[in-house]
Amino acid sequence: MKKYDKLVTNAAGRVVPTFFNGKEHTPYLGVGKYKPTGRKYAPPIATCANYPADGDKRVPSIKDALVRAGIRDGMTISSHHHFRNGDLIAMQVFDAAHELGIKDLVWFPSASFPCQERMIQYLEDGTVQRIEGSMNGPLGKFTSEGGMRGMSVLRSHGGRYQAVQDGDVHIDIAIIAAPTADPFGNATGDRGPAACGLLGFALADSQYADRVIVVTDNIVPFPCIPWQIHGNYVDFVVEVDKVGLPERIVSGTTEITKSPDRLLIAEMTAQFCDEAGIVRDGFSYQAGAGGTALSIGIYFEQMLRERKMKARFIRAGSNKYPVKMLEDGLVDYILDGQTFDLEGVRSMRENPGHVNTSPFTSYNYHGKGNFASMVDVVVLGATEVDVDFNANVVTHSDGYLLHGIGGWQNCLFSKCTILPVPLFRDRMPVIVDRVTTLCGPGELIDVIVTERGIAINPLRQDLIEKLKNSKLPIKTIQELKEEAEQICGRPEKPQLSDELVSVIKWVDGTVLDAVRKVIV
Amino acid sequence: MENTATAGNKGKRVRSDCHVTIRLTNAGGIDIELTSKVKFMFGADIMRRIHEVLDFFEIENAHVVMEDSGALPFVMAARLEAAVKKLVTSEKSFLTEYLEANRYETTKDRNRFSRLYLPGNTPSLMINAGLHHPDGLILDLEDAVAFDKKHEARFLVRNALRSLNLYGAEKMVRINQIPAGLEDLDFIVPHGVNLILVPKCESAEQITAVNRRIAELQKLHNLNAPVWLMPIIESALGVIKAYEIASSAENIVAMAIGLEDYTADLGVRRTNEATESFFARSMVVNACKAARIQAIDSVFSDIADMEALRQNVLTSKSLGFDGMGCIHPRQIRVIHENFAPDKAEIDRAKKIVNAFMDATEKGLGVVSLGTKMIDAPVVKRAQKVINLAISLQLISADWRNEFLAPAAE
Repeated sequence: MKKYDKLVTNAAGRVVPTFFNGKEHTPYLGVGKYKPTGRKYAPPIATCANYPADGDKRVPSIKDALVRAGIRDGMTISSHHHFRNGDLIAMQVFDAAHELGIKDLVWFPSASFPCQERMIQYLEDGTVQRIEGSMNGPLGKFTSEGGMRGMSVLRSHGGRYQAVQDGDVHIDIAIIAAPTADPFGNATGDRGPAACGLLGFALADSQYADRVIVVTDNIVPFPCIPWQIHGNYVDFVVEVDKVGLPERIVSGTTEITKSPDRLLIAEMTAQFCDEAGIVRDGFSYQAGAGGTALSIGIYFEQMLRERKMKARFIRAGSNKYPVKMLEDGLVDYILDGQTFDLEGVRSMRENPGHVNTSPFTSYNYHGKGNFASMVDVVVLGATEVDVDFNANVVTHSDGYLLHGIGGWQNCLFSKCTILPVPLFRDRMPVIVDRVTTLCGPGELIDVIVTERGIAINPLRQDLIEKLKNSKLPIKTIQELKEEAEQICGRPEKPQLSDELVSVIKWVDGTVLDAVRKVIV
Repeated sequence: MENTATAGNKGKRVRSDCHVTIRLTNAGGIDIELTSKVKFMFGADIMRRIHEVLDFFEIENAHVVMEDSGALPFVMAARLEAAVKKLVTSEKSFLTEYLEANRYETTKDRNRFSRLYLPGNTPSLMINAGLHHPDGLILDLEDAVAFDKKHEARFLVRNALRSLNLYGAEKMVRINQIPAGLEDLDFIVPHGVNLILVPKCESAEQITAVNRRIAELQKLHNLNAPVWLMPIIESALGVIKAYEIASSAENIVAMAIGLEDYTADLGVRRTNEATESFFARSMVVNACKAARIQAIDSVFSDIADMEALRQNVLTSKSLGFDGMGCIHPRQIRVIHENFAPDKAEIDRAKKIVNAFMDATEKGLGVVSLGTKMIDAPVVKRAQKVINLAISLQLISADWRNEFLAPAAE
């Protein structure tokens, strides 16, 4: 069987395969154009008679749980990134599978981190056939250079929920690493020695996987309160010495930037939002990870404080900064998708205004609406943006995979999407003719803020009108691109192979773009 | 001369720079080894640029190792030329494009609240500096450049003056101490520098020497744009000679004090309270005012503490300084906001200037505000505050109509 086949040009003008990993897929049709029919996918019917009446589902080890769950060649195994770079469980699962001689597994993580670099050896020896999730750092390099046998698939957090819910991905075994759980399988992330906040990325897996294994290092007697994961979905509970390293859930991108250039971009972004009338009593915003996004939050905080105003909610990625705002009464609620530091964890545990959410509430294409589209403004990063406002977030300009999509695609649906980016990095222009990899269609991207000028999408005449007398340097995207080229020179396009190694799914499950193999 | 030379910087933390090694050979033409993080975008362009520079200096056989960390074209050209000039003697200069945006002069009395120091051999800190809108940008050839990097920094500073958009900031260069600093002038005077800082100044003769060389270069290159000077007083002797220095030439527009060296010269520790430098600061301010030039304070070195900086600026302003140096872009705003006249100052100045204009319109010889008579120097100072407030866009040019409007209603 071919790795991929049936190339077509999709509605975004990208050549994509519509057959890969043994299945047909729909090419991207346009924003909101794909309307699936039929009924949602469902897991097999369970029978409580098959489970211990005393509620004790504990088994001795991860390996034992995998065997009882019926692990065999070709299965899909999921894991989650609540511990970010402090995850200890995903690798143990594949170590066990390797010891059992299992082959051709599909790893379906909600995101991968450098701590899982060792997965490369299982991709090489046949234990794992492909990854459907994200490929960063060494895994990205391995994938970009054509090392993976199957087609890797990149999805957004919402796209992951959608794929599970409509059966695009069938999870055979879900592994949920939990900081606290009871023997029945009720589990929470907000307490325990390895508290990481919430377990929202595992919600779909708990509901839809054939078999669900909870792994914890902090067993409490039934009931585990709160139960972010319901034990009624759980097959087995495994106790281990250490489930994760909580200090590593704090990433390097959760501190405010000290870079004067990024602060300038952050300040310009905040001022733009103010002049556009976005910052007002009762507004809402998404506080992303990353120094620039955090700094914008600080400017919002100052504005609210000075004007004695209050935001209604912050969608987060929480850390100490939104927590402080919540505690100072500058915002009513934090609707939190993942906690980025231990202050965020504490607040979620203690403060009823700090609410845990999931891709289901915020991002899911098959939901009856989403929180993300109700947010007044979101600021996101990008590796490249093109003159049609299309953006790339997964590959470097040289074609190498370097980030996952995360919630990025889903957040584009906010009322105003702003990408604060430098005009160039060293000598690499960020504003280009055509993005190397398309992750976000330009029609959803409203504003590009660079240190040398701000471009407003011509589709947003309302914003253009509001900013027409602004002292901010409002320019066209074409002007910004030319300015970058005057400074850096006109770049050549990277030479990439015709061979495809990865596909980018849109939030609705259609194929938005494909990533080409890098010529080494 | 040697047959191998290097220039530039490399290493994990180096950005927007490159390191070049050129070894002259006897045959085999030009042979280039290129590593670059932007090779996929600019590989061919970089190769072309290396050939162009070597051709220009008539080098036919050489082995070149270019280790590039994303250097912009003007940086790479400076590095190549610096290495070449260690190997061959040439009167020629490989000049990069002189941007239209950088062709501007400055006036003697413009605002000089802030001047941002940029190490003269660190391209990554220069590239966006103008975007932070300091009044002046100092490309520093003196203390911020290591001794063995002085040669290559000159080429970089020259190219930056020509080809790096400085967004309207006054283009300043701090040269090396005289006499060594005189050689620096060749690299900056013909390339649009607006103001030259003369460090560790201790005599009027040093200023005369600088001006003599500037005049020669202006004649040679047929230049007529003004080149201003800002001597820096950094020693006990300099403080004593402050007025002699300040009044030694027409093109001196400001004089600064440098407290790190001054306190070292005194053999005391520099403190935040700055009592140890009170005399020196007052001397410099007094000398400047006597010579009718601006007095500029030393830099404040704690870049994290904005509140301490604010206090420092307010003290500085109260002593009579007109501006101060900064070493981090974040300091610029604090300096501008606190050197600028505050609302109470502006309101008072409006009343005084208005009273003066009233009196003039009515043909009265005496200006009074309420029951108080106002002396001419007070009016003059108030007018200065008003002019400053207009130039900073704190008030509009026809402020008087607005000032009188409520009364008319």
